[in-house]
Amino acid sequence: MLLARPRTLLGAALAVSVALGLCQQRLDPYYVDVLTRIGINITLAVSLNLINGHTGQFSLGHAGFMAVGGYTAATVSMFAAPHFLPANAPAAFTLAWFLAALVAGGLVAGAAGLLVGAPSLRLKGDYLAIVTLGFGQIIAVIFRNIEPLGGALGLSGIPAYTNLFWVLATAALTVYVVTTMVNSTYGRGFLATHDDEVAAAAIGINTTRCKIVAFVIGAFFAGVAGGLYGHFSMTINPKGFDFNRSIEIVVMVIVGGMGNTAGVILAAALLTLLPEGLRTLAGYSIPVPWSAQPWSLNWIGESRPLLYSMLLIGLMLLRPQGLFNWGRRGSTATS
Amino acid sequence: MTEFFQQLINGLSVGSMYALIALGYTLVYGVLRFINFAHSDVFMVGAFAGMYLGRGLGQASVGGGLLVMLGAMALCAVLGMLIERFAYRPLRNRSKLSVLITAIGMSLFLENAGQLVFGPNPQPFPATFPSRNFDLGQVVISSKDLVVFGVAVVLLAGLQLLVLKTRIGTAMRATAFNPQAASLMGININTVISFTFGLGSALAAAGGILWAYKFPKIDPLMGIAPGLTAFVAAVLGGIGNIPGAALGGLLIGIIETFVKGSPWSTWSEAIAFVLLIIILMFRPAGLLGETQPEKV
Repeated sequence: MLLARPRTLLGAALAVSVALGLCQQRLDPYYVDVLTRIGINITLAVSLNLINGHTGQFSLGHAGFMAVGGYTAATVSMFAAPHFLPANAPAAFTLAWFLAALVAGGLVAGAAGLLVGAPSLRLKGDYLAIVTLGFGQIIAVIFRNIEPLGGALGLSGIPAYTNLFWVLATAALTVYVVTTMVNSTYGRGFLATHDDEVAAAAIGINTTRCKIVAFVIGAFFAGVAGGLYGHFSMTINPKGFDFNRSIEIVVMVIVGGMGNTAGVILAAALLTLLPEGLRTLAGYSIPVPWSAQPWSLNWIGESRPLLYSMLLIGLMLLRPQGLFNWGRRGSTATS
Repeated sequence: MTEFFQQLINGLSVGSMYALIALGYTLVYGVLRFINFAHSDVFMVGAFAGMYLGRGLGQASVGGGLLVMLGAMALCAVLGMLIERFAYRPLRNRSKLSVLITAIGMSLFLENAGQLVFGPNPQPFPATFPSRNFDLGQVVISSKDLVVFGVAVVLLAGLQLLVLKTRIGTAMRATAFNPQAASLMGININTVISFTFGLGSALAAAGGILWAYKFPKIDPLMGIAPGLTAFVAAVLGGIGNIPGAALGGLLIGIIETFVKGSPWSTWSEAIAFVLLIIILMFRPAGLLGETQPEKV
């Protein structure tokens, strides 16, 4: 098993992230950019996998929690920092402050998760899908209406604190927490809730509580990822956390195989690289014999959402256990 | 006071369109127990079908308008049946989650394919029905609102008759009640489900045409917001319940219109979902629905 020894893996991943963080200046900025986005997407997909895969619920609002975390973290480091940090604070202070901003983003997102999850998780899965979808909409409307946070234009000028160390360490920590949690006695309740809610309740598992705990933890990490994203792109707006962003994360979980953390990590990396590959492909055109005009592949460049939708339908029809699930029993869409 | 009546008329007209869309959700939920996410995009396709048919029509007239509407309804009924046949039927015995994901995928597919086929920019919807304003003292009633409300009422009444009085309606209710027992009684479940999808999609198309007639700018993403609101309407009324969907649609249409006319108008998009969360907290079965205990 790829993730059989989570503690060793966590140590190794942290070491790699420290090393990459230290020599980031010497790497090609393009690769740093792609690697950062892969790390953020792994955090998002693995945390969503805890909700959608392991616990068998279906959240469509992960980008909403990301927005909450992103805005909170940005507020902490932009508006609160000048009041508490002296102008010439040492670098260690700034780092600690960034950590605090990320954690604050995660906590507020987790609280939002509790607020949304508590009423809706008592109900059936498709209601949760709609409520979380609606939550994403409401979040966008709220941030659009808060003028101090930039309204519809969003916040810009967020300090660029995010580097490879933070991104990869967060991703590693998310994977560690999710795998150890699911393999713990308490976390088995999540899997039982997924497999058969009625049977799980009959043997004394508080299924509603399991669902809410999974939801809040997932929302927490989505919030942290949002904070990282804000301090990476230096500007955030409500449109960047819309339904399509949520769907991107859902597709990563489904391609990887619901409940299969290793597969989801792989899928998150692959699907982040995919648009880069598509962009190269879009530059080409195929000569066709019946026409002087070669068939341009330009449309591929903008067709990512179309491709994602076909991936969703095709995978559900042909391979519902995900691309990277080889005969593993347990948490799949079919069971 | 006049403003109140004006808003009420507006709300009723928007609400009756929500009711038409909500019926599609409710019908499909009734027989298959899942949320057909692609429904709101069938609504969009209906509006575009109406646009292309209406361009060929030329002069606006009542008969022509009805013709365009019937044409779009027929096209969308076929589309709905095709979606059911090729995307949902192969998954019928799989977990609900698979069907839900496929439905979301289908919805995204229609939206993005629509952007490729119809173009992403808003397009003007041709005048199919003639329109004029009736001045009743201080309140102005547009013939648009009358047409929207009238067509919606006729379709709703027709649907209620169909479900309660005809053979296929009885078969639909039997299937909704217990699919296995219904098929043992000689009902062809596949035909009934296919018919339900066709019926729901036709209603969505009618809703789409009316929507485009009242707000004559259409684009491939136009279905998302009304679709979600209509879904909330279906839940508010009690999902699976036909009069409930109509009631929920009207209520939400009126509430939304009043919020849009108030100082909190920028929050109107969030209203439906706030309502949804409140309903789910206090009365998850909806206003007219019955709570069903879960059987093991």
